[in-house]
Amino acid sequence: MLRFVALRLVMALPTLWAVLSLVFVLVRIVPGDPALVILGDQATEQALVALRHRMGLDVPLWDQYLQFMAAVLQGDLGISMVRNRPVWGEVATVLPYTLELTFVGIFLGVLMGLPLGVLAAQHRGGWIDAVARWTSLLGLSFPAFISGILMLLLLAVELPWFPVIGNAPFANPPAHLRALVLPALNLGFIMVAYVARVTRSGMLASLSEDYIRTARAKGVPARLVVWRHALRNALIPVVTVVGLYFGILIGNSVLTEIVFNRPGLGKLIVGALNDRDYTMLQGLMVIYALVVVGANLATDLAYGAVDPRIRVR
Amino acid sequence: MAVGAIGAPKGIAGRALGNRSLMAGVALLVFIILLAVLAPWISPYDPNDQDAIASLGAPNAQHWFGTDFFGRDVLSRVIWGARVSLFVGAVSTAISMLLGGSIGILSGYVGGRFDQGVMAVMDVLLSFPQLIMGLIIVALLGANLTDLILAIAITAVPPFARVARGPTLSLKERDFVEAGRALGFSNLRIMLVHILPNVLDDLIVMGSLWLATAIRTEASLSFIGLGLPPPTATWGSIIREGFENLLDAPWLAVFPSLAVLIVMLALNMIGDGLRDATDPKAAVS
Repeated sequence: MLRFVALRLVMALPTLWAVLSLVFVLVRIVPGDPALVILGDQATEQALVALRHRMGLDVPLWDQYLQFMAAVLQGDLGISMVRNRPVWGEVATVLPYTLELTFVGIFLGVLMGLPLGVLAAQHRGGWIDAVARWTSLLGLSFPAFISGILMLLLLAVELPWFPVIGNAPFANPPAHLRALVLPALNLGFIMVAYVARVTRSGMLASLSEDYIRTARAKGVPARLVVWRHALRNALIPVVTVVGLYFGILIGNSVLTEIVFNRPGLGKLIVGALNDRDYTMLQGLMVIYALVVVGANLATDLAYGAVDPRIRVR
Repeated sequence: MAVGAIGAPKGIAGRALGNRSLMAGVALLVFIILLAVLAPWISPYDPNDQDAIASLGAPNAQHWFGTDFFGRDVLSRVIWGARVSLFVGAVSTAISMLLGGSIGILSGYVGGRFDQGVMAVMDVLLSFPQLIMGLIIVALLGANLTDLILAIAITAVPPFARVARGPTLSLKERDFVEAGRALGFSNLRIMLVHILPNVLDDLIVMGSLWLATAIRTEASLSFIGLGLPPPTATWGSIIREGFENLLDAPWLAVFPSLAVLIVMLALNMIGDGLRDATDPKAAVS
């Protein structure tokens, strides 16, 4: 298992390099001169030169690329052009909020989606199957900001069960958890759609396998057959979909953070876009790149945990 | 899902017609498209007519969906917003289908190092979260109609390229392609006339599902504030204004949200139904 983990780690490196290069290219293809955009038409030539120098834009592109890579490797994301503070510091203060939201969202999604998918497959064509189908359809259809707004209206405004603003510091655990419920449910609800769908079709396939009939024939209790024997084999596509969903989840977390007014990467990136804060933007994209590569790695490792055959390969 | 009646096997069209949720989706979508097309005739007010006295009015007999902060009729804005939302979604999906499809077929047909290189680039683009990519491209390009459509289209090129490349790889080994080459057809002709029609089914299914994503992306970008500038009514921008007045005038956010939701539901029902119809195995399992 250790060798498997090490191998996957090494294999993630080229992806990381490629994604970081993409970030570099994306930020550089801005039409026009960033210094001019920031300082405006009235800026003096001296001010422009000074800013270009501060941003490292006065050296050849190739050197900029090397400097960028070297800085990222050293964990240096530069200084925010607008806030004048290190980007990494700004990110570090809100990152826990986003990570917490995404992980609880995934957890809730799997917690609700897996049983729903299993039950739907078990009672195929029955009412619970219909419930699962409609939940999936709704979850796939709801843009995250719309489900968030409707939840906010119903469960925070009409029925004042939860706070309207999802911003409560970690230092106050009860309030913090209460503020987390709606945003995390919002992310989880959309994820249920994906998880329930693949679990159902995976379960339908594995329930018709020979080894399930064998298990039934030798008198394994029905509950055990379904939840251990069959589910274990249906898990691989679930892991795949959770991994694939991660990119959508990140986009949805941005929208969710705006709707619930939660601190996090989402509010930071929208602020950076509005302020044209290029260094902050670049830093945030590096963070997103790291998160995505990390999620892919976690997905690969989860395959190994779910299916021992993959570890051997 | 039950498809049609028991009896003789039907073709794709037959299966599609027999699929109830597909037909319900088509009906819903046609209804919304009609609203959008007929907007100048059926919308009760001009979507940009302001009436300060009617600011944030609740739904009533004159204004079925209420009025917004500037006293504009929300029903009219939702109807006019359908035009922008559907147009942006449809055109950007068409562009990504065209671009992604061409890249995928070309990459698969040429094969070798070229294919590996193209697909590696696509994978890297694909690995970046779609909405974040859209946000950044819109911020870089600017927020006019053309650039917005382009930004949404670019984010969808990699998935279409993948969908087109897969079947191309096996199609180019088939006898009818070999025969075309033996007859001296140009590579372009083989790709367009012999491979494209066989990939089209997959591209169209993907397109119907992606149309939902494109419309959702446009609405999300407008909601974040990176969409078309005011006063243009788009569903996302109306929802944003509603969100800013959520406590005083919830209807302002709720009605356009329902409109988006209906289109999303319709497109997902169509996409699922089309997939079942083009792939009988998926329907049975």
